[in-house]
Amino acid sequence: MEAIVKKRIKQVIKGDQDAFGEIVEIYKNSVYHLCYRMLGNSHEAEDIAQEAFLRAYVNIKSFNQDLKFSTWLFRIATNLCIDRIRKKKPDYYLDAEVAGTEGLTMYSQIPSDTELPEKELESLELQETVQKEILKLPEKYRSAIVLKYIEDLSLNEISEILDLPLGTVKTRIHRGREALRQQLRYV
Amino acid sequence: MCPEQIIELMHEYLDDEIDPAKERALREHLRGCKDCEALFNELKKSIAFVKSMSHMQAPDDFTANVLARLPKEKKQVLMARWLKNHPIMSAASLFVVLMAGSLLSTWNHEREFSVSKQENLVVENNTVIVPEGEVVKGDVLVRNGTLRIEGEVQGDVTVINGEQYLASAGRVTGEIEEVNEVFDWIWYHMKRTAKEVVGVFDTETK
Repeated sequence: MEAIVKKRIKQVIKGDQDAFGEIVEIYKNSVYHLCYRMLGNSHEAEDIAQEAFLRAYVNIKSFNQDLKFSTWLFRIATNLCIDRIRKKKPDYYLDAEVAGTEGLTMYSQIPSDTELPEKELESLELQETVQKEILKLPEKYRSAIVLKYIEDLSLNEISEILDLPLGTVKTRIHRGREALRQQLRYV
Repeated sequence: MCPEQIIELMHEYLDDEIDPAKERALREHLRGCKDCEALFNELKKSIAFVKSMSHMQAPDDFTANVLARLPKEKKQVLMARWLKNHPIMSAASLFVVLMAGSLLSTWNHEREFSVSKQENLVVENNTVIVPEGEVVKGDVLVRNGTLRIEGEVQGDVTVINGEQYLASAGRVTGEIEEVNEVFDWIWYHMKRTAKEVVGVFDTETK
């Protein structure tokens, strides 16, 4: 996998955009997912994920090819998400998906006659609750938790992505876990 | 409240970085301390919740949208891709280039004076003379030299990269042709090849 990506990167450096398309195909879901969990809505997630790929393309020459491409790409995406969170004004789109749910928008929050099966509703509610609690975390804990438990990355990789010492990453994950525990203990 | 170092051990355990001795100490403590056990379970539960979050898929048009936002591609890449996608055209253009190259190199090689062999032709310093009163039979070909015709040539006359003078008394029964420029020369080659091909068929039918 990494070998294919390395080959494609060489083609991209020569200016081949089709090769970059293949790279986007490989990583689009994980980058989008990362952004979605960091930001909590699909409009922003798509916007930031696209921006991350765009930045990667423009700066591809500065990518050190001895490193893992995904580490570099996740670093760009995480930084963009953190920037967005800091600038964020409280905003709501009525057609924006409700945090932590798929295909559920604010329209569907308006009571409807048809009811979802109880189990499905429960799981949707749980996902929504968990996503809400993730979004309540300060961004420095949020990024560490999302990379660890949503992207399933190792502590070492997270330390590279966030450009922080391993000890700091651990502390952030511990604090994030503790904050989530307090919020989710009665769920 | 539970001792701080036990909570530290829980985190080490959750990070998969606990050593066996410490893990034993942790388990020992948890067996005797209900509060710590509850806290440990809550931590594990919240992690399980976060991990159970469904995986989001990027929208279908995601890649297309990214590519649409990229700056314009370099020309040489477009060219390379065009050649890759049009193999026959690439082969054809390569053929044309090679053909032109080989013809040009032949042109450059044949800079030396030469003349077709006929007995009664007189050669003086790159000038070929068909003497007065003589009759030269067959086609006359002169390269890189001058041809003066004072007598009669029974056949075609071709001068490549040179000049021919036809004296008033001179006579040529066939065609007279002067070839000087590269393109003329290529044209001449093509015509000759065509004639030869036709000639082959002619002799066959005869």
